[in-house]
Amino acid sequence: MAIQTLFDKIWAPHVVHEGSDGTTLLYIDRHLIHEVTSPQAFEGLKLAGRRPRRPGATLAVPDHNVPTTDRSLGIADPLSRIQIQTLEQHCADFGITMFSMHDVRQGIVHVIGPEQGLTLPGMTIVCGDSHTSTHGAFGALAFGIGTSEVEHVLATQCLIQKRPRTMEIRVDGHVSPHCSAKDMILAIIGTIGTAGGTGYVVEYTGEAIRSLSMEGRMTLCNMSIEGGARAGMIAPDETTFSYIKDRPMAPPAHLWTQAVHQWEELRTDPGAAYDRVVTLQGEDIAPQVTWGTNPGMVAGVDGVVPDPRSFSDAETRDATARALDYMALTPGTAIVDIPIDRVFIGSCTNSRIEDLRLAASYFQGKRVAPGVQAMVVPGSGLVKKQAEDEGLDAVFRAAGAEWRESGCSMCLAMNADVLEPGERCASTSNRNFEGRQGKGGRTHLVSPAMAAAAAVTGHFVDIRHWA
Amino acid sequence: MESFTTHTGRVAPLDRVDVDTDQIIPKQYLKTIHRTGLKEGLFADWRHLPDGSPDPNFFMNHPQYADATILLTRDNFGCGSSREHAPWALLDYGIRAILAPSFAEIFYNNCFQNSILPIVLEARDIQRLFDHVCADDRFELTIDLAAQTITTPQNSTFRFSIDPFRKQCLLQGLDAIGLTLQREQAIADYEARRTRDAPWLFQDLCS
Ligand code: SF4
Repeated sequence: MAIQTLFDKIWAPHVVHEGSDGTTLLYIDRHLIHEVTSPQAFEGLKLAGRRPRRPGATLAVPDHNVPTTDRSLGIADPLSRIQIQTLEQHCADFGITMFSMHDVRQGIVHVIGPEQGLTLPGMTIVCGDSHTSTHGAFGALAFGIGTSEVEHVLATQCLIQKRPRTMEIRVDGHVSPHCSAKDMILAIIGTIGTAGGTGYVVEYTGEAIRSLSMEGRMTLCNMSIEGGARAGMIAPDETTFSYIKDRPMAPPAHLWTQAVHQWEELRTDPGAAYDRVVTLQGEDIAPQVTWGTNPGMVAGVDGVVPDPRSFSDAETRDATARALDYMALTPGTAIVDIPIDRVFIGSCTNSRIEDLRLAASYFQGKRVAPGVQAMVVPGSGLVKKQAEDEGLDAVFRAAGAEWRESGCSMCLAMNADVLEPGERCASTSNRNFEGRQGKGGRTHLVSPAMAAAAAVTGHFVDIRHWA
Repeated sequence: MESFTTHTGRVAPLDRVDVDTDQIIPKQYLKTIHRTGLKEGLFADWRHLPDGSPDPNFFMNHPQYADATILLTRDNFGCGSSREHAPWALLDYGIRAILAPSFAEIFYNNCFQNSILPIVLEARDIQRLFDHVCADDRFELTIDLAAQTITTPQNSTFRFSIDPFRKQCLLQGLDAIGLTLQREQAIADYEARRTRDAPWLFQDLCS
């Protein structure tokens, strides 16, 4: 057997056909669907008189448009309502399982897949959503696709692909206990840039990665796309297996041993070569805060807002100046001196139970600063329930933060949760693009701990020296 | 799918790096359940100043670019969200080709699904084209996909490379799903084999 990377070991068994020019028909094991990127795919399918090849391989959930307030009131926005009804209709027509907005299992598509045990090592998983890279945390090949490809997968359970290149991103050593997977991935993107991963599937390795929980691994893989990578993955291990075991859609008991046996093989062989290798040292990573309008525009919390003139190439200079103008920041400002108006804790990056526990530990016994509005949005109904069982909601409420229903919420503000123009937000989401959280809104990406601390103080703080 | 063979058209400049799909079409336009009629949303937040008036510095507000069909831009165009609404909006506006030093992957792929041709050129060639457009705001280019060339009115030619499979699909306007369905037997054989090796992959997700 040839020496292989983790990626090779997943890719090879999914090749249905490979042409002489390398064009590959790749089999897709699992398909996730949400309301925004699927209506045109179903429409195309129906127009062509086609049916889904394997409806049982697909799971649908509305998440982007759902209200995070009392759901019994329905959806006020007629367009959002129609989009969700359309999803319900298509799923009913084709026999696709869907968790409705009123189902406790509903949540952000990338939170519920792993939570249900749908996401398994060695799988190929796609979704019409770029953050599908999240599922790579389990040692799956998972990537986002467009709507035409959603239709392709529905009709054929396959995709036409070219083999990507591979990149190893290794984080050696340990990160500070105040740093999380979010800080690691922001530091990584700050290092490779937002296009550094283009054309690659990334495998994250190293001691600092290995010691992450599944939640942390998901946060890390989630943002692979922000570094331009098609997918990010981490080899499965005991942490992975014990997370999956006994989840509703996990392999049943009689297949479990066989499955784990196969999954144990899913690791890069010693001596296997990646096309590119990047290494970071865990100890060098400080809590991260973005200051600009893409996730690569990031600094340690002990840093300052950069001066556009400090960049040698004209394009970076221009882009930096433009970003600072949009963000209303002055070069040289200490990150900790940036005041904030809003705090959003949620999104497919940071809305899992561990994220909420961490945030709650910073809110415990404290109050949200005067003038700041903080909102906590769990990633799924089940996360919400668990948090409530653990009493986390009481901590958030006592601190003066809002405790909401699950969904994408202010990560992209397609529902009623929106920043006002000029408002500055500490957000645990994944994109600080212009207008992402509301036209004219200013987003700083941070970890849940950093967001909670910012809520309490009204500005960013170096949580390594904060009590 | 519509085919793409040759195309001649006016070039519109968008001199920014890292243009993300949230800018190409902001989220408020994603609530549609249709593919068409999205040009209203194209660069919606960049077209207007905060007071709602058209931004005179944005290319779409210049009458000479109203009928542009080729977009000239910078590195990492189309990064971020996988929304296919981005190429749909560009197509609805009339854009048939995009020239940049690099593209984000999902967007690049989505273009081909909609017979928009994304062309990667060296950064210095892109710069030369920007110089042309700056000098002449009615500047046009001719793209020949079969020959893989771009020609200026002065007859200078740039060559570009493209994946041969994608090229064939565009030239012939092939339906990718139809192509895959021709391999139905191979897919069925694959499924039968894999079901034996890894049966848990074939358990239906049930409600
Ligand atoms: S939480 Fe945000 S990034 Fe994640 S799927 Fe929802 S909108 Fe997309």
